[in-house]
Amino acid sequence: MCLAVPARVESLGKGYAYVDFGGVRKKISLGVLNGVKKGDHVLVHAGFAIGKVGRAEAEDTLKVLQDLKDAVREDL
Amino acid sequence: MKKIRLMEVCGTHTMAIARSGLKRLLPDEIELISGPGCPVCVTPQEAIDRGMKLAGISGVIMTTFGDMIRVPGSGGSLDDIKKDGADIRVVYSCLDALDIAERNPSRKVVFMGVGFETTSPTAAATVLEAKRRKVDNFFILSNFKVIFPALEAIARSKKARVDGFICPGHVSVITGSVPYERFAEKHKKPCVITGFGDDDILDGIRRLVVLVRSGSSSVEIGYDRAVKKRGNIRARHILESVFRTVDSEWRGLGKIKKSGLKLKNEYASFDGEKEFKVKVPRSLLPEGCACGEIIQGILSPRECRLFGKGCTPRKPVGPCMVSSEGTCAAYYKYGRRK
Amino acid sequence: MKKTVTLSHGNGGRLMHELIETLRVKFSNRILDEMADAAELDVKSGKIAFSTDSYVVKPLFFPGGDIGKLAVCGTVNDVSMKGAKPLFISLALIIEEGLQFSVLEKIARSIRKTAREAGVKIVTGDVKVVEKGAADGIFINTSGIGVIDGKMKRIGSKARKGDAIVINGGIAEHGMAILNAREGLGFESAIKSDCRNLDLEAERCLKSSKNISVMRDPTRGGLATALNEIASSSRLGIEICEKDIPVKPSVRNLCDVLGLDPLYVANEGKFVCFVAGADAEKVKKAIGPRARIIGRVTSSHKKEVHLKTKVGSSRILPVLESDQLPRIC
Repeated sequence: MCLAVPARVESLGKGYAYVDFGGVRKKISLGVLNGVKKGDHVLVHAGFAIGKVGRAEAEDTLKVLQDLKDAVREDL
Repeated sequence: MKKIRLMEVCGTHTMAIARSGLKRLLPDEIELISGPGCPVCVTPQEAIDRGMKLAGISGVIMTTFGDMIRVPGSGGSLDDIKKDGADIRVVYSCLDALDIAERNPSRKVVFMGVGFETTSPTAAATVLEAKRRKVDNFFILSNFKVIFPALEAIARSKKARVDGFICPGHVSVITGSVPYERFAEKHKKPCVITGFGDDDILDGIRRLVVLVRSGSSSVEIGYDRAVKKRGNIRARHILESVFRTVDSEWRGLGKIKKSGLKLKNEYASFDGEKEFKVKVPRSLLPEGCACGEIIQGILSPRECRLFGKGCTPRKPVGPCMVSSEGTCAAYYKYGRRK
Repeated sequence: MKKTVTLSHGNGGRLMHELIETLRVKFSNRILDEMADAAELDVKSGKIAFSTDSYVVKPLFFPGGDIGKLAVCGTVNDVSMKGAKPLFISLALIIEEGLQFSVLEKIARSIRKTAREAGVKIVTGDVKVVEKGAADGIFINTSGIGVIDGKMKRIGSKARKGDAIVINGGIAEHGMAILNAREGLGFESAIKSDCRNLDLEAERCLKSSKNISVMRDPTRGGLATALNEIASSSRLGIEICEKDIPVKPSVRNLCDVLGLDPLYVANEGKFVCFVAGADAEKVKKAIGPRARIIGRVTSSHKKEVHLKTKVGSSRILPVLESDQLPRIC
């Protein structure tokens, strides 16, 4: 229900933008998102920018798993 | 030790979890169950039948997202009639359908709209654009739905037994976290709005487990690099100006109040249902199909007696098997052999 | 000279002979020039590898290649995968009436260039013309013959327990290039088909180790399908590591946007080599800088391919059930 992919805004037009998904560029609509500037990172869903997105922080997967296990086993 | 039952509301989460094999890494106490957030899975058979009838009308170009093309109606799928010559085109965006309409003024172009709050605003924006461009041969067949009423139905159900909700990250980009706060408070169940990377999902589950174990019914935004509390106000505004909320039928869940979207009267000229008055047979859930129980997390795919036997991706009985996000499809593809 | 191919060009008369003569001159070699009903080939005694394939790709021209180049590469590669040196090719064209001669000319030049690069001769052929709508511009069939070195260990379709799996480069390029060109989805990218002759890489591979059991080029259905076929015929299990599978970033990103899995997308310039574990590094170096070791053959989960995921878990990598379609959900 939710396939949206991040892309960088390369250039702007009236109601649309050219974005770069990383070696793949496309014209997408800004019809449902305000305040988009060149250089912004947006989430693209079905040809529309739906929101801005920040950088994903790298997490230590093993640590997260361990925290999860600890949380499960924690006595109330 | 009682299991902690967490619902993956969103079909995209179900698939991401299955594809990364995450379940095997989780402690046994955590049970992940599927939810109703697969728009293809909950689209009633009538809607497919209507789409197929329209596609069969001479001069009509039926446009749809790839997800819908193999979903079975009462007599085959869009893909089947495409093979027989119906003009059915897969599009990436609703705007592509509008472009097709502009390029083919003598044809009637229908867009089969399926999706939740992530997608419906894009269709609404397209209708506004169609009006602006004065295109009069573009129509929408709206099967758009709103996820919250379905969550309410599940939270109220005694059979579902959900301790916490893994909430859809991209729907939430649009809705923000406020609707979940009302829901969580009312039903006393915690919600974590979760992204779709492996780390996002693990982090979301971790947060949710902490909330469940502490008896909290808060809402947390795990996916905070994309989701804001107020969401995307403009998208919601456009949605509300083009669509109105109606009672709608969810395959396997029955009729849910104010859970579907239809075009407002002022946009009636874009309404596919009004333009083409076709009759379709009443939906019947095929004998033995357990999709309804599966999307509520009551049964797991393996507990459906048709799973892998009468119902496979190649010959699907229910939409949970043929949808690219369907729970049964995920189980069949990634986990059927031990 | 007519501008387009007509049905008369396939009726056996003067026009057809003119067309065939044009092609003969283009591909000229001693064997073809004889223009007998069958080609007479001088082949050293021993085993011959023989393969056939038909090419119906749409569009005819795509970033990185065209149907002509594909038709030669595909058969050169199939023969090379058997460990044989490709020598001779047959070329059958089924042309849709109305195809521009300029287009046919371009395709023929591409066939010649690709054949020359692989050192193969087109020694026999056929031309048919069908009415409008009966073909997509042009369909091509090529069959190829190569000689297997009798002194070399036999390359078959059965891998062995303990074999390592080496791939020569990034996956999914051909399929994504075609999809983008065909569906008019509006994505601009530098993604090109990886369509090329693999005869030299296969040869380097074989020279570097005497312990190669299988070589396979994963075309339709992608890498996942090819690995499943090998696991099945070998009655062994295969394990590959997601993080070790090479994919160009632009290819991966386009797959992500369209909701497609690169493991199931077609390749036309890639092959996997199954070799005894101890020789894996040698073979990888011999193939080239983009080669990677991606997995191994095991006696567990026989006939199944398992993928070790990036997050450290494992799941089955099944056979492709039906075409992947771009999706939004």
